[in-house]
Amino acid sequence: MARKVSTQRKWVATIAAWAIAFVIFFPILYTIITSFKTESEAIAGISLIPSGTLENYFEVQSQRDYFKPFMNSVVISVGSTLIALLIAIPSAWSMAFSPTKRTKDVLMWMLSTKMMPAVGVLVPMYLLFRDTGLLDTRLGLTIVLTLINLPIVIWMLYTYFREIPGEILEAARMDGASLFNEIVYVLTPMAVPGIASTLLLNIILAWNEAFWSIRLSAANAAPLTAFIASFSSPQGLFWAKLSAASTLAIAPILIMGWFSQRQLVRGLTFGAVK
Amino acid sequence: MKLTTLFLGLCGASALAFAAHAETITIATVNNGDMIRMQKLTDDFKAKNPDIDLQWVTLEENVLRERVTTDIATKGGQYDVMTIGTYEVPIWAKQGWLLPLDKLGADYDTADIIPAIAGGLSADGKLYAAPFYGESSFVMYRKDLMEKAGLTMPDAPTWEFIGEAARKMTDRANDINGVCLRGKAGWGENMAFLTATANSFGARWFDEKWQPQFDQPEWKNALDFYVKLMTDAGPQGASSNGFNENLALFQQGKCGMWIDATVAASFVSDPKASTVADKVGYALAPDNGLGKRGNWLWAWSLGIPAGTQKAEAAQKFVAWATSKGYLDLVASKEGWANVPPGTRTSLYNNAEYQKAAPFAKMTLDSINAADPTKPTVKPVPYVGVQFVAIPEFQGLGTTVGQLFSAALAGQMSVDDALAQAQQVSVREMTKAGYIK
Repeated sequence: MARKVSTQRKWVATIAAWAIAFVIFFPILYTIITSFKTESEAIAGISLIPSGTLENYFEVQSQRDYFKPFMNSVVISVGSTLIALLIAIPSAWSMAFSPTKRTKDVLMWMLSTKMMPAVGVLVPMYLLFRDTGLLDTRLGLTIVLTLINLPIVIWMLYTYFREIPGEILEAARMDGASLFNEIVYVLTPMAVPGIASTLLLNIILAWNEAFWSIRLSAANAAPLTAFIASFSSPQGLFWAKLSAASTLAIAPILIMGWFSQRQLVRGLTFGAVK
Repeated sequence: MKLTTLFLGLCGASALAFAAHAETITIATVNNGDMIRMQKLTDDFKAKNPDIDLQWVTLEENVLRERVTTDIATKGGQYDVMTIGTYEVPIWAKQGWLLPLDKLGADYDTADIIPAIAGGLSADGKLYAAPFYGESSFVMYRKDLMEKAGLTMPDAPTWEFIGEAARKMTDRANDINGVCLRGKAGWGENMAFLTATANSFGARWFDEKWQPQFDQPEWKNALDFYVKLMTDAGPQGASSNGFNENLALFQQGKCGMWIDATVAASFVSDPKASTVADKVGYALAPDNGLGKRGNWLWAWSLGIPAGTQKAEAAQKFVAWATSKGYLDLVASKEGWANVPPGTRTSLYNNAEYQKAAPFAKMTLDSINAADPTKPTVKPVPYVGVQFVAIPEFQGLGTTVGQLFSAALAGQMSVDDALAQAQQVSVREMTKAGYIK
């Protein structure tokens, strides 16, 4: 009897998980479906069966160059993530293993920078970028995305590092490891799942960031978010073309997420069960 | 042999030096059919101007507006040519943010630009942006449904006629709405339509002393008429319908009439996209016999920011893109029906264009019927037909638009919407220093 209830519960949990996953994935699925519809089908109402036209993809390709914004997205998201990790690993190490009485305040302060609406600092940022010649450059966007995501990266790594017993690092020190060796050869290999999931999540965040990447770029450094935005039209039907552009833009990150989902989930649930 | 080598070397070096001097101008633009077409035709410009390269930045209308405003206000210098509308030009010209277009060339023929459009793009007698395409608004209607209702659409209908026709054409059982009008909140969405409509009811946003006028009977009459008409004969969920939603409804045969931008005529009469392409008639925007019609005036135009370092090249491009020669180029490559409308008088005298675009005369009449410098029955201190050309209007217009959209959705009464609009407008105009 007990076993029967357990199986039933398992089924219910599985169905519930699939249902929730479907609800979360539905907007992306519907975008993909819409990209295979004609413009009039797209605006006609909700329908899960497209006519299967590839016209929107040809149209998107003929109107804009995909490769340039794609390369910009790759450089900016990967670049900003690597720089953020370089800064965040030692920062998180010091906060996790050599905390002071102000560590918690510093962490909260870093997080508080995410609480202000981005548009509030748009003009000062724009002026800074103008004066330093960083407007519409990959370097400028890499710097801004590094700074935007740095608090999250430090917080995530701090959480992972806190799960690693400090005694192991002490043992390394006893064996004569320098600070550099301790972080690179002892801490980092132990925190690989956490670092990997932070890296993947940060790439996804940077890839999808639209506010700054659209506003601080023009023709040279515009990433795929700007590519998508360019297909929205005030007059004329554009949903199907916009969906095709969105599908092309999210495809690389979706595929990357799909292949690395095991690593991502492992990292995100790291330390969840003690 | 050595001399030949030297000569070739010098030629190569000169070519490289020439290429190094090629200027690249960056053009910020919106995504619409005419702009996309222009991007495809730029080989013609490059053939005529080999020393100028073009770089395009295409953005959604509101993002573009925000981006170019930030750039021009901070003199960011990211763009050399900007696509802007009749709302921005008078404000930006006054701020000294735009260069006057005085080097468009001897054969440009500025006098050929439709006077109403040129007026909306000028300040102190100088042209600050050149129109790429212009539009007004008019009535598009189903000739078959009008006939079935036993009515004949006059060339210049009254609002009373539109109300009667809309109610008679409505056939809920067959999913046909008598009239489709904008309801989505926004200064360029429902407020474009409602401000132009209110003009024909004798209403105005402000009196000569910048006092808001939503507490006057003219606004009450206009908004009451609109809400009742849409309740009786409009589509379901009209409060979230903008241009594109109504376009889809009309193309699917679900609207008896649609009052919107003249540029829509080319979409509804396109047999590839519209199921009613051969059944569409056109008429001027309605009036109430007060001397003003409910039509607006808008032109997407090319302006040059004062901070650009490439003013000469930018003017060359603007002159090319808005010239008579460009209209001929589009006609030769894609046919007269695809020529950007509403900018030049000569286009409307062209027999081939008139043949290809049956809505041409009505478009020109509609544009000519709008006067941005005298938009209302009573005098006003502002310029603009469907907007008020002051920087505060974007925010204020959208807030009022949200109230009117809520009234349409039945979330508040017309009286409450007008009272709140008045309250908000007085507060904002006092804060901005217009009301002392």
